[in-house]
Amino acid sequence: MKLQLNGATLDVDVATLDELLTAQGFGGAKVATAVNGQFVPASARADHTLAEGDLIEVLAPMQGG
Amino acid sequence: MREFYGTALANGFMLGTAQYPSPAILADAFQRSKASVATVSLRRESGQTRAGQDFWQMIRELDVHILPNTAGCHSVKEAVTTAHMAREVFDTKWIKLEVIGEEDTLQPDVFRLVEAARILSEDGFQVFPYTTEDLVVADRLLHAGCEVLMPWGAPIGSGLGLNNLFGLRAMRAHFPDVPLVIDAGLGLPSQAAQAMELGFDAVLLNTAVAKAGDPAAMAEAFATAIRAGQLAAAADPMEPRDMAAPSTPVIGKAFLQ
Repeated sequence: MKLQLNGATLDVDVATLDELLTAQGFGGAKVATAVNGQFVPASARADHTLAEGDLIEVLAPMQGG
Repeated sequence: MREFYGTALANGFMLGTAQYPSPAILADAFQRSKASVATVSLRRESGQTRAGQDFWQMIRELDVHILPNTAGCHSVKEAVTTAHMAREVFDTKWIKLEVIGEEDTLQPDVFRLVEAARILSEDGFQVFPYTTEDLVVADRLLHAGCEVLMPWGAPIGSGLGLNNLFGLRAMRAHFPDVPLVIDAGLGLPSQAAQAMELGFDAVLLNTAVAKAGDPAAMAEAFATAIRAGQLAAAADPMEPRDMAAPSTPVIGKAFLQ
């Protein structure tokens, strides 16, 4: 299944958002997620099924003014 | 000092965390200034470097209040979604709401700002809106649920100081009970002191400290100026006058002609 993760195209074999995060090295990380522009809370990631072409954003704390 | 959504701050210094030469200098700036609030943001994380995780650990060790921003957002949807993501990551209802409307000045789009503020306030956020000194917009923001207002001093990163003294004075006078923060545009500690002398409750700045030759020393200088301005405002400054008035008593002066 082809997805966009933070702007990069990926070809992955995962079913849910939670599985994608684990497979991509975000296990245990302090991150927030959005799929196709909609916020997906951490508690909903395991039940959030991904589909071909989904646009996924994984954001973390960064410097800001 | 007025409270920010029920939170009393130790001082009126809110300091940004971006653009420092190194994480150690950033930490030093906070330690020397004792700034009570740190602004932070959310950006794309890499599963390989996980840079955000180290940053978050360092910020937590500063032991300050965290104010996440929606910097770089131009639409209501972007800002609202970013706020939701920030609330989860930083575990705070506070959000510094920025909805940028124009690239040269990074001026807020006040129409979208009010709309986003209403949506977020209704959803339980405690919104710190980055706005202009426009009194009508300020009033709309308060009606939208904001209990704090953050007018700009000058465009973000410009270091120009307080560009519209009349407008900022009017805002302070018009909303005597609302916590007001000068956000953006300050370049020198004297400008921060001036803001506090006008009766503002806090200042929020980043570039003036981070881009100074010695950021930690500049942070301490700002902290000292903020304290001076706050003391001066509380001490009821004299009214200026156009003509001289002798400060040394005239009575008892010798006749020596």
